[in-house]
Amino acid sequence: MMKDLRFRDRAKAEELARLIARLAPEEPVKLVHVCGTHEVTITEFGLRSLLPPQVEILEGPGCPVCVTPVKHIDEAVALAEQGHIVATFGDMARVPGTHQSLEDARSAGADVRIVYSVADAVELARKTDREVVFFAVGFETTAPTVAAAMLDGVPENFSLLVSHKLIPPAMAALVQGEHDISGFLAPGHVSTIIGMEPYKIFPERFGVPVVIGGFEPLDILYSIALLLRQLRKGEPKVENAYTRAVRPEGNLKAQAILAEVFEVTDHYWRGMGPIPGSGLKLREEFAAHDARERFGLEVESNEALHPGCRCAQVITAKARPDQCPLFQKACTPRTPYGPCMVGEEGMCHIWARYGGRPKL
Amino acid sequence: MTIKQDERITLLHGAGGQLMGELLARLLKRFTKTSVGGGLGLKELDDGAVIPLLGKNLVFTTDSHVVQPLFFPGGDIGRLAVAGTVNDLAVMGAQPLALSCGLVIPEGFPISELERILESMDRALEEAGAALITGDTKVLGHGELEGLIINTAGLGLAERVVTDAGLRAGDKILVTGTIGDHGMALLAHREGLGFETTLESDVAPINRLIARALEAGGEGITAMKDPTRGGLAACLNEMARKAGVGIMVHEGAIPMREEVRGLGELLGINPLEIANEGKAVIGVAPERAEAVLEALRSHPQGLRAALIGEATADYPGKVILVTEVGGKRFLENPIGDPVPRIC
Amino acid sequence: MCLAIPSRVTEVSESEALVDHGGVKKRVKLDLLDESVKVGDYLLIHTGFAIQRIPPEEAEETLRLFDELLRAAFDDEGPPLPGSS
Repeated sequence: MMKDLRFRDRAKAEELARLIARLAPEEPVKLVHVCGTHEVTITEFGLRSLLPPQVEILEGPGCPVCVTPVKHIDEAVALAEQGHIVATFGDMARVPGTHQSLEDARSAGADVRIVYSVADAVELARKTDREVVFFAVGFETTAPTVAAAMLDGVPENFSLLVSHKLIPPAMAALVQGEHDISGFLAPGHVSTIIGMEPYKIFPERFGVPVVIGGFEPLDILYSIALLLRQLRKGEPKVENAYTRAVRPEGNLKAQAILAEVFEVTDHYWRGMGPIPGSGLKLREEFAAHDARERFGLEVESNEALHPGCRCAQVITAKARPDQCPLFQKACTPRTPYGPCMVGEEGMCHIWARYGGRPKL
Repeated sequence: MTIKQDERITLLHGAGGQLMGELLARLLKRFTKTSVGGGLGLKELDDGAVIPLLGKNLVFTTDSHVVQPLFFPGGDIGRLAVAGTVNDLAVMGAQPLALSCGLVIPEGFPISELERILESMDRALEEAGAALITGDTKVLGHGELEGLIINTAGLGLAERVVTDAGLRAGDKILVTGTIGDHGMALLAHREGLGFETTLESDVAPINRLIARALEAGGEGITAMKDPTRGGLAACLNEMARKAGVGIMVHEGAIPMREEVRGLGELLGINPLEIANEGKAVIGVAPERAEAVLEALRSHPQGLRAALIGEATADYPGKVILVTEVGGKRFLENPIGDPVPRIC
Repeated sequence: MCLAIPSRVTEVSESEALVDHGGVKKRVKLDLLDESVKVGDYLLIHTGFAIQRIPPEEAEETLRLFDELLRAAFDDEGPPLPGSS
């Protein structure tokens, strides 16, 4: 039964919360996750209200649409304005570029389609003579689905505007130099694909514990308890708290498919800047389906953060949304200033929707 | 007030969320006389307006209906147009008497489909016990309109008007049935997502169900509202804000179909934020809550009615959700129509 | 990031399966799986693709891990962190 895979038992949650309170040190502990869906579970289930005040859990750059560079959004908008069909995930529709979002472009008459899967976009292309561009965003979980679609064969009028990113390099950017991160809650579904190995550098080189966590509320409480236990023992390592979905080696077939279609490249992260080896681009063989090659895009984009916007700190877990002077004042989900407010999975956006860590 | 040149209406303005509220507040300022005889008027932004007349209350409301597709599992635009208006009257405490129907039809629209839609309207009117007594029809040229627009206005009579602003701290909050059915049925059916479900919209006139609750609750019923666009979340927020009370809701007590929950999880959409078209939220004084709940459950439309929370003196204007695992958070007013997410 | 939902397989064809989550059915692609799938299996679904098969015994295993931690942690909590009581 599916119910068996929903780990939401209230008594067990209370037990885990009590354990967390016992394991927590007196001084502040800052745990960082890098996953919008983790943030949704944490806020939607009100998990912060179950944690002792000194245990803080913050979202790093875990919302792929938030960290999508403005330039890529501008490119997608430009393609839509040129009269091509631009298909993308719902998350991407409202994220503003330099001048407008894809949703704005649609209001002005462009053909922008929300799809659930890259396969839907390919299907769309099969049914039309017009050019269909799939705006491919997402991390290691999503990129293999796009790669699989490419290997499956796509029609001539289908192309990709690639903006895929890789998580471990962004996590590494958070702990290089001075930081106060006590531990990482690693993203379960990225780990389903990449396995445990890529996280080893964090305990080994940076002394930061890592626990790979699932997405049910009990999964997250359990993972927090494991992180606190590691801190207590002073033995940082990579632990897998999501064994039902993550094998130590990951999903090797998905990794192979990914590598067949994409190669690693440097990538610009909105709010963070360039991070070496943190993005993907199509391999040479697929150049015919690369929208940038195909349409010779030239856009002028403004990547600068608004003065006063603390997204650079929020996205690197150095500040909470409510520590930004613009949060819920000038900067709201509808009038977003920075990357953490633009995407539905951005920490500022989620806090604005669910009320953050209210004193309840 | 000046309107900036580049400002345009977007779909979000019509989605029943915060943005729509702001637009309405801005537009409504343009009207000078907005109520009659001291009754509820435009300013209250309730589900309907009230004209005190000969010791009774004439309740008046209007609603324009557009929906894609026109025919969806569990209903169609005709049924929706009747239920929407009847329910707006019902949650004001009124029994619906008569409706009007304004049709705006695109050139080329199949007459057979129009007939199906009107027949469906007639069936819904019969369920509600109301008459259609006046109407208007316009046809727009090819390309000027996609689909169909149906406007209905409704008149009803209320002995005692129930607003959406009357909650008092301590009142119990009831819902008349499962939450999220209409919005999820439409999402599931929407082209391009490729989900198969047996989900059906809950679209139905529920004035007879509400009448039963009013009978059982009497003066103990302090507030009512139908959780249409923006869902239960928007509805509770509005009730809390207007009454200046807090509302504490227990997630585990909210009745929900397994398919609605399942599709919500698959699409990353919270069922509390999407439309219902055959449900009401009822605030009841604690001593009458059991009786009202029992009365609701005795009606076929209210079998899954439930007590989901209570109004509180703390956190005025806010809605607090106690989650399945015992955590607490604010249940915020949704920003606009939720979009499926993958991240 | 990366919403993925465990869903039960109700039909399997060569490269696709029909999965069920709470009564909601969806056809999903199996391209990314390196093992065969049969009716009754649980698959983790992300944007219309199965990204992992969840072995049936793993639900039990997860609960066992929770309980094991709860028991062990109350028995032996290891040395306290500096500054903690």
